[in-house]
Order: sequence, then structure tokens, then C-alpha cells
Amino acid sequence: MNIIVSIKQVPGTTEVRIDPRTNTLIREGVESIINPFDMYALEEGIRLKEKTNGKVTAVTMGPPQAEQALRQALALGVDDGILISDRAFAGSDTWATSYALSAAIKKIGPYDLIICGKQAMDGDTAQVGPGIAVHLDIPYVAWIRKIEEIKHDRIKVERLMEDGYDILEMSLPALITVVKEINTPRMESLKNKMRAKKAVITTWSAADIGANPDYCGLKGSPTTVVRTFVPKREGKHEIIQGATTAEKVVRLVEKIRPVVR
Amino acid sequence: MDRIRIVSDKCVGCSLCVKACPPSAIKIVEKKAVIDLAKCNFCGACCEACKKYQAIIIEKEIEKTLKSDIPAYHGVWVFAEQRRGKIASVVFELLGEGKKLAGKLNTYLGAVLLGDKIESEAGKLILYGADRVFVVDDPALKDFHDDSYARTLVELVNEHKPEIVLTGATSVGRSFIPKAAVMLKTGLTADCTGLDIDMERKLLLQTRPAFGGNLMATIICPETRPQMATVRHKVMKASAPQPEKKGEVIKKIISGDSLKLRTQLLKTVEEIEATVNLAEADIIVSGGRGLGKPENFAIIRDLAQQVGGAVGSSRAAVDAGWISYSHQVGQTGKTVCPKLYIACGISGAIQHLAGMQSSEIIVAINKDPDAPIFQVATYGIVGDLFEVIPVLIDQLKK
Amino acid sequence: MDYFLTEEQKMIIETAKNLAEKRIKPVRQKYDEEEIFPWDIVKEIAAADLCGLYIPREYGGFGGGVFELCLAVEELSKVCGGISLSMAATALGTFPILLFGSEEQKKKYLPDLASGKKLAAFGLTEANAGSDAGAMQTTAKQEGDYFILNGTKQWITNGGEAEVYSVIAMTDKSRGSRGATAFIVEKGMPGFDFGKKENKMGIRASATRELVFRDCRVPKENVIGKIGGGFIVTVNTLYNSRPGVAAQALGIAAGALDEAIRYSRVRRQFDQAISSFQAIQHMLADMATEVEAARALLYATAKTIDSGAKDFAKESAMCKLFCSDVAMRVTTNALQVFGGYGYMKEYPMEKYMRDAKITQIYEGTNQIQRNEIALQLIRSAAK
Repeated sequence: MNIIVSIKQVPGTTEVRIDPRTNTLIREGVESIINPFDMYALEEGIRLKEKTNGKVTAVTMGPPQAEQALRQALALGVDDGILISDRAFAGSDTWATSYALSAAIKKIGPYDLIICGKQAMDGDTAQVGPGIAVHLDIPYVAWIRKIEEIKHDRIKVERLMEDGYDILEMSLPALITVVKEINTPRMESLKNKMRAKKAVITTWSAADIGANPDYCGLKGSPTTVVRTFVPKREGKHEIIQGATTAEKVVRLVEKIRPVVR
Repeated sequence: MDRIRIVSDKCVGCSLCVKACPPSAIKIVEKKAVIDLAKCNFCGACCEACKKYQAIIIEKEIEKTLKSDIPAYHGVWVFAEQRRGKIASVVFELLGEGKKLAGKLNTYLGAVLLGDKIESEAGKLILYGADRVFVVDDPALKDFHDDSYARTLVELVNEHKPEIVLTGATSVGRSFIPKAAVMLKTGLTADCTGLDIDMERKLLLQTRPAFGGNLMATIICPETRPQMATVRHKVMKASAPQPEKKGEVIKKIISGDSLKLRTQLLKTVEEIEATVNLAEADIIVSGGRGLGKPENFAIIRDLAQQVGGAVGSSRAAVDAGWISYSHQVGQTGKTVCPKLYIACGISGAIQHLAGMQSSEIIVAINKDPDAPIFQVATYGIVGDLFEVIPVLIDQLKK
Repeated sequence: MDYFLTEEQKMIIETAKNLAEKRIKPVRQKYDEEEIFPWDIVKEIAAADLCGLYIPREYGGFGGGVFELCLAVEELSKVCGGISLSMAATALGTFPILLFGSEEQKKKYLPDLASGKKLAAFGLTEANAGSDAGAMQTTAKQEGDYFILNGTKQWITNGGEAEVYSVIAMTDKSRGSRGATAFIVEKGMPGFDFGKKENKMGIRASATRELVFRDCRVPKENVIGKIGGGFIVTVNTLYNSRPGVAAQALGIAAGALDEAIRYSRVRRQFDQAISSFQAIQHMLADMATEVEAARALLYATAKTIDSGAKDFAKESAMCKLFCSDVAMRVTTNALQVFGGYGYMKEYPMEKYMRDAKITQIYEGTNQIQRNEIALQLIRSAAK
């Protein structure tokens, strides 16, 4: 079984905090990590590979340093890592990203299942997975918390909804996005780490994957960010005054109303 | 000309931009900022940070490849999600917001209702503001499937050309709307917390959190239509229902191709979660030693229910056996960062503060005016919680 | 301090560190309190390929030496000296086979130990034979193709959990130091049983039990090395395994020190972080210097052993002695930095201190280590 896992390297600041004195980001810890949701996707991919004696390839779009994320994936047990990197991709929104990734996947070759993490923790949109499914014209189901059954041409999955779950079936090849309830990602092993260190990561440019640059990067992105700002936080400490409890409560409710519906 | 560049004369090398850049794409080299174009994602956080010197220029709006015939698009649509025949509450909130946007754009507010034997629900949508309701009533749409819902919406959009489509950021919405957006070759912004209209350019301004909510980004979709956005539950407000409002119900027949499915739904299982996940709750009401005895957690639960929040606890109450450890907030319990944290009868020992002090708004209710919790609380009420909380619940109900 | 580690050694540290932080830290307090043997962690350590670091490649190991073993033990012990022991004590039980075993024995036992599928233990100590190992009373009488073992071993780490035991028993009391023999005894062999789990001051996630031999039949193929060579096996095993104890002690000390440094910057009294008080600064400075000196001594010893040196009894004893004494001093002072909080079980400091103590006692008490060092010094001087 050939499995492809699409991953993203994100800033390692899972605890991005704002320094209230300067209103800037406080960054602690490692600079870049694999998007946490993608770890579950990788784990599921590796488990499927072990179960079906198959192959799992990780693919990512990013700057040259994103190679690190692929090496991390190899250190977990992935067989191959592919990086698509090109100036033309800079500034891509989810439309352009899913377009480029699907072009790369076409070049990788035949696959049975594509697994994506539910969303990236820097953008949080959850749009790239479905976007890839559309570009490749394959069926897709989101929020998978369990693969109940997988055969060479069909997959049965449990989709997590707010009020329970659905059990669906679809033919392969297909794409799924997974939620963290699906598994517990494994740790890196020493042998895989050593293999990852020596591995050659294939890097493709936009031309290599036949991606039309007009559909990539800022040019190919229907959306544009016009402003990025730090939300204002009020650093106040107020003891609510009032002659009676009722008065104080009325004043308090006025203040917290916007947050409480 | 590079799309983003540093104006060397204006740059003083203060490195505020370096600190503000989420993908760490800026370095200071010989006292001037240098941007690594391979890492830059053109979010503009650096420009914002360099307000003082204005040394960074970003050409974000460049010509796009994907284009729509913009003048042909009119109308603000809301996708009226229904589950098992009942319209999701987020839809009414979106109608409330959509009405404002439609008003500013001088256009109509539409709703899209898909399902089986669902037409009768259309009236509710008109009640809450829809001028037109597009109904596709077909057994094939009884269950949610990404294929049929996305293709049906695409067919409707292609025919009627709305300029904006809003959808609830629910499991259903966040699953199929991205598909529809890609199929429509248009932009989608997910989990918006703010929507507005740029009146000059008649564009939808979509504001959303990034990096776990510590940064906000405002996004536009300038050259394609429709401009699509998803919005989470409880972010927007539903407008009051207007019984005298009139609206048009338009029944649509959808082509068989759009209704074809590549997925089969085998079973649906309902699972109502007994407790709201503390770590992800937007609002938390916590009780502490001041409650006196375990039975008194009832008023905490009441208040939590009233505000739609989760129940938390200080360590003292957990240790005393009044509530289970899964509710404990603090150094040896959970660390939480909700929008609103209400601490009742909690003194504010360092161990507890460590678990909740980054909450957006902290409200403290405590008898003791010297309780340390008041030093971190945004709003504090000095008083007996048994008096204050019932009054608070009442006031919130109003 | 840069110890000029190779890429592979750095990877070993990274892998162990990652595992310790993500898997061991969340459970260390619970396993310590409830004396839970960390089988789930053992599986993770095995999956991370950290069990066979010192075992040659031909038997499924990593092909490294004592140094690689110590790097991993140190890193895991920084988070929990009790949980790391399941892996470290296996090395102790494996060395007899590694150093003196026949090819058949190595092929039979080493692969499972290298992969972490099985754990090992070393059975030497008895109720009346601690430092005075020669006073042991467990006997092994040859009867045809078997040896019949009778006796009781005491305080055996991994006892009851391990499958493979290297046991020393007296085959001929009259021959004195040539009267003991080393055997491989497997869990499940008839006549081999375990006593109750000991309730200990520290390293409570580690299982310590009696090994009880009642007419236990061990095939003669399981004799390690020569009959009568038991003490040679013992002594060489300990020379090789003492750095492992040193690594455990070093890790405990380093972990406690890190916590103390972090805490001193956060805790405020008299309107300042306590790290700005000279009293605290001097404590931290002393602790850090001792830990670094201990590390340097351990690493140098491990490299010496791995270089193929014939004689390292003195160095081995020195690093065990020094690292364990440092661990006791550092954990005591690190706890002191925490003040009252250090004494509370809610914080990890009292556990570090409780865990450190045993390192001064087992695998040869520090008094025995001093004897060994003095003996070697005098011997060298006499040449």
C-alpha cells in the first residue's frame, strides 16, 4: 500500500505569547517543528505501512529549511521525504498550496491513501487537505478518528462530529484528514534517526512538478492578508464598586457581556 | 521590485520586526534588517511592528491569476446547515451578521438550505433575516456528504453568483466548504472572528486569529467571487426574530451529477460528551475552598451552565475530595487560557495562578479583600460568593 | 562543556532526552508513589533502539560501548533515576554474558536483551554477603548435566520482572575465591522463585526482590565462563557496570541542578528572584562545578574502557564513588534551594534526593570503592 502524508513545518512556538510591554511575540523553544496534527497523520501512515508492508512518503512545501521536518518524519519511520521549494511558492494561501502539493503528488506516482493532519497550528484553516482532494479529484473525508478497515481498494473510517461520529466507506485512492483522537504518535528511534541523517531528501522546484507559477505564491492565491496585528489586551485590575451586591453584579455583567452570550 | 523590502535609510536596526515575524524570516545584518524571501509569508506583521520608522514596504496586492467577473456577483449568502432536520444555531448568528453586511453592500441576504423534507424550515431562516432562501429538497441530501453538499453549493453559486458566502465553522462546514472554494477557484478564510466591509472597495474584510490566537490577521479576497468565510459558533450575534418579515423561498432542482456520491454513510452514532473539555473551554467557572462543602459545587455548575462554560477547581477542593482531579486548574492540574475565567472562593495561591493567569479576562469573587487573586483579576468583586453568584446568574439571564 | 561527541552520540542523547521529557516525566511521580514497574516505558526505550547500545551489532545491538550506555542512562536519569534503572540494571545482568559467555550463549540471549524484548538482572548479593561477597551461601551442586542451585539472593534489581538472570553461586566452598561459578538462570526454570517486592526509600519504580532457589535445575550449558570462575566474572562485570551507576547518579544530580537553577530564577522573595542572592548563587556554582567534574571523570573512564584498556578497576571505582557522592550532595542542596517547597512531594526535589542515596550503596558501597581505589594505588606504587 502506498501512503502519502502531507506535512507542514510550523514555528515551534506552541506557546506563542505576547510580551505585554512591547506587544511583540515571545518565542521560546525550538525554531521549527512538524505541525502537531501532522504527527498524528505520520503515525497513522507509518502504522498502515507496517500493517500492509507498504511504503509511506512524506511531502511538504516550504523553504529549504523545511527539509528538517522531512528528516524528522524519516526519524519516525517514514520511507521517503519530498520537499517542494521554490521562490514562486512564497506567500501561497491554501488554494495555491493545495495546487502545488497536488502537482507534487502527481509526480510522486501512484498512491492508495493520502493522509493530512486536521489543520496547521499557524494558519488553523484546515483547507489544504480538501483542496488537494479536489485538485486530484479523489474522494475525501475529514476528521477521521479511526480507520476501521482498509483493503486494497476500499477504506472504512470513523469521522468525528460534534455530537458523535459517522462511519463512512469510500473507494481508494482517497484522502483523509485526521484528528488527534486517532492515535498516540511514537517517539523517534535511534536507528531511524541515523537513517534520516544520511538520507537524501528529494527537492523539487515548481518547474520539476509542472506547477504553473501563475497558480502559485501570491499570484495564485485568491486571498491576501492586508494586516497582521496583536490583539489589544487590557491590563487592568478593577475591584468593582457598588453599594449593594446587586449593583456590583450589574456592573460586572456589563463588562463581561461581550464574552458571554 | 521585490514584493517586500526594507527601506535602508529608515531602518535603525531596532529588531522589533525580527521579534514580530512569525516564521522568523528577518535577521539583523550589520545593523540593518534583512528579510529571507524564502521564509517570508507576506503576513505584514513586521510592517505593523515598524510603525515608528515605517522602514518596511510590502506590496501585498499584486495581480492575481484567478479572477471573477465581479460586477456580476450580488448578494450575501449564508449556508444554513441542518443536522437531522434541525438548523444549527450558528446559522442564525450568521444571518444576524450577514444582514449587516448585506445592508452595507446594499444587497439581499440569502440562505442555502439543503436536505430531505427540509423545506418547512425555510420559514425560520426568513424569520431571522433572510430575504431569499434557496432550498434543495432531495432524499440524496438527507445525510451530509462532502461530494454532494460541495457540488450542490457550487452549482447554486455558479447560477446565482452571490458575492459573499458565509458558513458555520462546524464539523460539516469546515469539511465541505474548502472543497467548494477550491472548486469555485475562489478564496476562503476560516474561523473568522470579525467581518466587515471595506466601503471604498466593497470588499469583505475577514479577520481571524493565527498562532493560537496570539496574532490577528485581516484578509481580503480581492479578485475572485464569491468571497467565502467560515465563522465559529458564538462569535457573531443572531438578530432578533422578526415575525412580520417577508422572504422568498426558491426551490431548486440540482443535477444528478452534483448529487453523485463517492462516499457511503454506513452508520451515525450519537455521543454526547458529559463534560466540556477544560483545556479547550472558552469560559471556565472555578470553585475553591471558599465553597465550604462539596454540595456547594452546584452553584458553580449552575453558573457554568448559564455562561456555557466548563467547571474548574482549585487544588484545595480537589484534595478535599469535593470534585475530581480532571477539573483541577493549576500547577499540578491543567493550564488553561480561556476568554473568561471566573474564580469563586479561590484565594489565588501561586500554584493556581500558574494554571490560569493568561486567561483573557479574569473575574474573582472572594470574601477576603486581601486575597492574592485580586492582584491578577481583571474584575474583582469582594463579597460572599453564595450571595453574588445567584445574583450574577439572574443578571446574566436578562 | 564540549566533550567532542560524535554525531551518533549526540543522536543517542537527543533520542533519550526526547523520550525522557515526553514519556517519563508525566508518569515519574505516580510510578514512584505507587511503585509501578515501568513496562510501558521499557517498551518505548526498546522502540527507540536504546536497549542494546553496548551490545555488538552481530547480536542485534548498536555496537557501541560503555560510553554510549552511560550517555543514555544519564539522560534518562535526569528525569527519573528509578525508571532509568530498568534499562541500566539490565546492562549489569548482561555484562557477564557479554564478557564471558560462549558464542552459543551470546547468540541465544543477547538479541532479546539488545532489542529490549527481555530484561536482565545480576544475582550476587545475599543477606549475609553484601560487601563480603565471598561469604555467599547459595550453592550449586553438579548432578549430571545439571547444576542444582539452592539459596536466596537479596535485593536484586529487576528481580521478578527480568527474564534473564546472571547468578553467582558456590560450586566449591573449599576453593575459596575459585569456588564460585556464574550461571544464566531463566525465569520459569523449575525451583526458581521470587520473594516479595521490597518497599524502598527511593528508586521506587524499580523492582527489588529476593531470588529464591530451591533445588533449581540449571543446565550445564548455562555456566558462564569456567566452573570456579565466578568471582572473575563478578569482578569484571562490576568494573564495566560501575560507570553505569555513575551515569545514573550523574543524571540525578544534573536533573536536580537544572530544576534548582530554574526555580531560583522564578521564586521571588524580598522583591527579587532568589537567584540574585549570593547564598543561592554560591550553592548553584558549587553544584554545577561538582556535576561537571563528575561528568568529566565518568566520560573519561567510559572512553578508557571502550578503548580496550586492560586495567580500569581504579577509574571505574573512582567515577562510581565520585558521581554518587556528588549526587547526594547536589540533590540535598538543590532541595535546599527550593526551601519548604522542596520538602513537599508536590515538587520533584525530594524524589531526586531519595533516589540519589542508593547510588552510594549498590554495586559496591562507596567504602568498598575506596578500598578498591587504595588497593590499585598501592599496587601501582609497588611496581
